[in-house]
Amino acid sequence: MSLYPEGDALLDQIGGRRRRGAIWRMLFLSATIIAILVLIALLYNVVNSAFGLTAVENKVDPAALAVDGVPLEALSKEQLTTILAAHISTGLGRRLEREQLFFETSTVFEDPALFNDLCASVEPPAACALPARSQEDIYQLVLERVVEPNVVQTWSLADSILHRAAVLTQAQQEFPDAEISFRSWLTLAFITTPQSSEPELAGVRTAILGSLWVIAITITFSFPVGVGAAIYLEEYAQENQLNHLIQTNINNLAGVPSIVYGMLGLAIFVRVLEGFTSGATLGLIDDSTTANGRTILSAGLTLGLLILPIIIINAQEAIRAVPSSLKQASLGLGATKWQTIWHHVLPNALPGILTGAILSVSRAIGETAPLVVVGASTFITVDPSGPFSKFTVLPIQIYQWTSRPQAEFRNIAAAAILVLLVLLLTLNATAVYLRNKYSTKMV
Amino acid sequence: MESYVLITSDVTPATSADSVANSLAKRHRPGETLIQGFLFLCGGISILTTIGIVYELGKEALLFFRTDSVTLTEFFTSTKWQPAIGNFGIWPLVTATLMTSSIAMLVALPLGLATAVYLSEYASEKVRSILKPILEVLAGIPTVVYGYFALTFMTPLLRGIFGDGTVQIFNTASAGIVVGILIIPLVSSMSEDALHAVPRSLREAASGLGATKLETALKVVVPAALSGIAAAFVVAISRAVGETMIVAIAAGAGPKFTLNPFESAETMTGHIVRISGGDLSYDSVDYNSIFVIGLLLFFMTLILNMLSRRIVARFQEVYE
Repeated sequence: MSLYPEGDALLDQIGGRRRRGAIWRMLFLSATIIAILVLIALLYNVVNSAFGLTAVENKVDPAALAVDGVPLEALSKEQLTTILAAHISTGLGRRLEREQLFFETSTVFEDPALFNDLCASVEPPAACALPARSQEDIYQLVLERVVEPNVVQTWSLADSILHRAAVLTQAQQEFPDAEISFRSWLTLAFITTPQSSEPELAGVRTAILGSLWVIAITITFSFPVGVGAAIYLEEYAQENQLNHLIQTNINNLAGVPSIVYGMLGLAIFVRVLEGFTSGATLGLIDDSTTANGRTILSAGLTLGLLILPIIIINAQEAIRAVPSSLKQASLGLGATKWQTIWHHVLPNALPGILTGAILSVSRAIGETAPLVVVGASTFITVDPSGPFSKFTVLPIQIYQWTSRPQAEFRNIAAAAILVLLVLLLTLNATAVYLRNKYSTKMV
Repeated sequence: MESYVLITSDVTPATSADSVANSLAKRHRPGETLIQGFLFLCGGISILTTIGIVYELGKEALLFFRTDSVTLTEFFTSTKWQPAIGNFGIWPLVTATLMTSSIAMLVALPLGLATAVYLSEYASEKVRSILKPILEVLAGIPTVVYGYFALTFMTPLLRGIFGDGTVQIFNTASAGIVVGILIIPLVSSMSEDALHAVPRSLREAASGLGATKLETALKVVVPAALSGIAAAFVVAISRAVGETMIVAIAAGAGPKFTLNPFESAETMTGHIVRISGGDLSYDSVDYNSIFVIGLLLFFMTLILNMLSRRIVARFQEVYE
């Protein structure tokens, strides 16, 4: 009797081992495929909510407002104003008129003499300095104040396409007055209008501008500091306890949860440095915003600290990859250390540094938790005007809309997610482009 | 008669070269020193950040324990967290965090490791070049988007499978699974690096002895890379513990001491976000309490990260 199988037994054993190998191979492959399926499910889920059929009920049917067969949107300024005046209270009319006039020379709701007095007073209403509303503006007002469209139910994209007939019959039974139409929640208007409490009128303009401002501050702070620290650690730092501590510390900071940075930002930038971050020290405080340090500047610096370790580590790797022969040649020709770094090390390491920086910036754009802690505004309709303004950013907007129970807010959250993903995709594509462009040039 | 004038000099050629060298070496370059000083400051900011975190979080934590409302013993033993009536026991928040992290690890460990083995041992160069970027995309999606995914996809899916009665709208299972998906790319890329570092000769020796590809992978390569894989797992746990937006959106609001994954519970990070997102007045007990949680979170992740680095350091000693 042999110790090892022979003949048929051997073939059986080999066959069994091969089968096991094939089965496990399939298991490994399916684990990898699950990750891809999840990505597809995630995108499908977002797109599914961002488009679809909606049932909209109007308080007043626009067709009933048409004059002599001319549809509402084609009516003249005068006709639209008459319709508006017939449906809204004089008080609201006066308020609208003080915001912006309806006609250049005459007033509709206000007493002309009184209005002139108002304009001459110490605090004139906004309307005195602005040109009159256009026909388009007044048409929007009529839609908003008179027609008052209200989304009563929405359906997902998949339902809207695959079960269209069923959806339509259900909608007709439940909402006989409603108008059913296919709606893309992601529109140009969605990107260009500010936040609103009505989901069908809300947009992400304030959030996009807020994100851009915050990121601008983040880059301004963390890029020079991060690259500086990387140069120090790679080119100047000697082997000693202090520099070892700095390096270990940077590695550990990269693993600190982002929300802890948010708390650091709240404690340092919002409270301790309130005078600086609110603009009070510089005398730049914005009257209209009582931000108390919860400003774009605080948010940008917090995110700056957050991505600093990542920028440093990436830049260190890029600098380390520069061949030392280049440095030695430069030093041998009599260049000083800084001249060598500035003229030879940095230009060669630049593609790597930029790629790392862009990737960390795209992480900062998606960060939500630290900014909630630092104090992003929950509802803000005014464009940010500078580093000392209150702020909201795209991820915060998505978080708030997702947290609401109403279905329409899920729809606009999905649309906002698409905007965010497109923004991130653009950034990452730029990183890849830069890497390819410069690396062919340098080598 | 021609006269020669002997020109004498104090400086002989030899010493002249020395002095040139000396003057170059000792020349004062204020610009260079200034730049070096500035660069050192840049590096120093990271130290300041750590000091800032420990100091600010520690200060508020001290203020919290100095108030009459809570003692250290109550904080670490009580199972009730109800700030409104002065109950500050950390356990409900910790158990919820451990629940979401454990569920996340149950998802991320097998999937991440299997993906790493596939990419490193089986996949052809072409397949790798397609799969790797997809995993990177998965890693680059903002966590708030994952939160939306958990609430609008994973939760309805779980409720469809287990029934609306058993699964609450907000639950730790859904949040945990999605956190797991989030950290799959982290586990797989770190594990793959570890597998890659295993010398080729080991694989060749195993194949030469007649081992199949599976036997080589599971009995030779994975054990050889085990410490690197372990380090990846530890980092992944720290990432799961610190993950915030997914649990804030999908796990629920309101601390609850429960071990049922289908019930809602609030994690440490979720609690910080909810409290600081509301109207928070400085120097209140609520305000101080979130800093205590933050400090605890900071130390938990710090210990895990240091542990992981320790494991990697040992691993490198073995293989080089």
